Amino acid sequence: MKKQLPLHLMLIPGIILVFIYSYIPMVGSIMAFQKYIPSKGLFDSKWVGFKNFHYLFNMPDFYQVLWNTVFIAVMKIIFGLIVPIAIAILLNEIGKSFVKRWIQTLIYLPHFLSWVILGGVLIDILSPSNGLVNQFLGWFSIKPIFFLGDNNWFPFTIILSDIWKEFGFSTIVYLAALTTINPSLYEAAVIDGASRWKQTWNITLPGIMPVIILMATLSLGNVLNAGFDQIFNLYSPLVYESGDILDTLIYRIGLIDAQYGVATALGLFKSLISFALVSISYWLAYKIADYRIF
Amino acid sequence: MVEGKSLGNKLFRVFNYTFLILLAVACLIPLIHILAVSLSSNVAASAGIVKLWPKEFTFKSYEFVLSKGEFLLSLWVTVKRVVLGTILSMFLSILIAYPLSKNGRELKFRTGYAWYFVFTILFSGGLIPWYMTIRSTGLLDSIWALIIPGAVPVFNVILLLNFYRGLPKELEEAAFVDGAGHWKTLWRIYVPLSMPSIATIGLFTVVGHWNAWFDGLILMNSQDNYPLSSYLQTVIVQASLTNMSAEQLANLATVSDRTVKSAQIFVGALPILAFYPFLQKYFVKGMVLGGVKE
Repeated sequence: MKKQLPLHLMLIPGIILVFIYSYIPMVGSIMAFQKYIPSKGLFDSKWVGFKNFHYLFNMPDFYQVLWNTVFIAVMKIIFGLIVPIAIAILLNEIGKSFVKRWIQTLIYLPHFLSWVILGGVLIDILSPSNGLVNQFLGWFSIKPIFFLGDNNWFPFTIILSDIWKEFGFSTIVYLAALTTINPSLYEAAVIDGASRWKQTWNITLPGIMPVIILMATLSLGNVLNAGFDQIFNLYSPLVYESGDILDTLIYRIGLIDAQYGVATALGLFKSLISFALVSISYWLAYKIADYRIF
Repeated sequence: MVEGKSLGNKLFRVFNYTFLILLAVACLIPLIHILAVSLSSNVAASAGIVKLWPKEFTFKSYEFVLSKGEFLLSLWVTVKRVVLGTILSMFLSILIAYPLSKNGRELKFRTGYAWYFVFTILFSGGLIPWYMTIRSTGLLDSIWALIIPGAVPVFNVILLLNFYRGLPKELEEAAFVDGAGHWKTLWRIYVPLSMPSIATIGLFTVVGHWNAWFDGLILMNSQDNYPLSSYLQTVIVQASLTNMSAEQLANLATVSDRTVKSAQIFVGALPILAFYPFLQKYFVKGMVLGGVKE
């Protein structure tokens, strides 16, 4: 035990910080059941039972916002899986060349830029009046599209621009998985007369299948995370109908309108469902892919 | 994959190279366009004739941006934030991951400690209680509000502890035989050997602090305390050029909203554009080592 003491001491600063800034806010969630007034604090604010939840579930926008959140998040999950796998397989065909390294460097890049920066970039290039994209579409006589101001286009702009930002970085894990496939399998297949397509279908895909299943299972926990940073930096009242998500609604109700109780109730609703989803996804990842977090 | 010499294969190679190069270019073009706009004259940018090369080349918008006091002030806040925040987070990650990398016999209650940290990524109190906690600990409007609440990055701790576990046990035993304690073993043996992993999470931490904008926006009452990303969010996305001196207003005649925004976007992205290609080889190595466990 004496030998262990330094190990326990090393954990103390982290334990204290996590306690204050992660566990105290969890306890603070009880303000979802209060008419919370900051000057009175958590102990003296009035208890209102489930009134905040009642208010929330009767809000006309609530179900629309929930639907927007799930739709955008699920589309991001699906295409965020397919695109990187396809790109990783195509990149793998190039072999280890100078060109491959450059392509990788460029496709990883957007991942490292914030949505503030990329939001600014997208607002400029997607502008209907003189944005680059609409000028390009103009060459094919397509009328200018208001990508960020039209409820029909906004969700797709969000999904597509998120894929654009993240696909490169997500390929890293699949590229790593591809290097573990035994090259002699391909040699044997060629001798048997397998085409390139057949090799991909029968060797490459099964070879990386465990990683694909793992990534798919882990992404299940994100069904209510449609991407606050991105939407906050790209949306406007014009597209609240199609683009408002739980996180942006929490921000507006809580920090703009100062309805702390209702916003906390919405946050708690989201946290509880996400907690269930993440727990299920980790459990599935453990069962199916033998994945452990630590 | 093994390839034949058939026409089909050649065609595929041509298609594949072209497609991937176009994709890589698509990740870069928006940024080149922004750079071109920022270096063009007010008139050319407003007319929307700038594509990928500056028209009527000028540094006017950069002069304007860099002459603005708020811009330089926020840049200074960001530099402080990145330096202090990265040092603290890295120190804590290294310190927490070491005990957690031990097994249950070497560290009593190890599983309990690990779950204590991991639980915070599964469940969170939500935005409002988090904000209220920071408020009641008196950090609002101070640089520490941007550093301390997020100082324990649990994901990085997990990456690092998995890396530590991969190190040969014999090294530690040898150090103990030579009379080193846990503290010395950690800093003299584990840390130097974990450099790929530490460099990776270090890069992610730096980028994270550089890009973070939301906490600055809501935790800082005065705009003078905004870090660069929060400041950029208000001027690029919320679009307000307020608080300008007479001299700056006079300068504004020679630049346009569009060129100024582009210049600010580019300056905001510049450090990442400049440094990340050199660090890329480390993070790919560190990610793979941390991510693929077989």
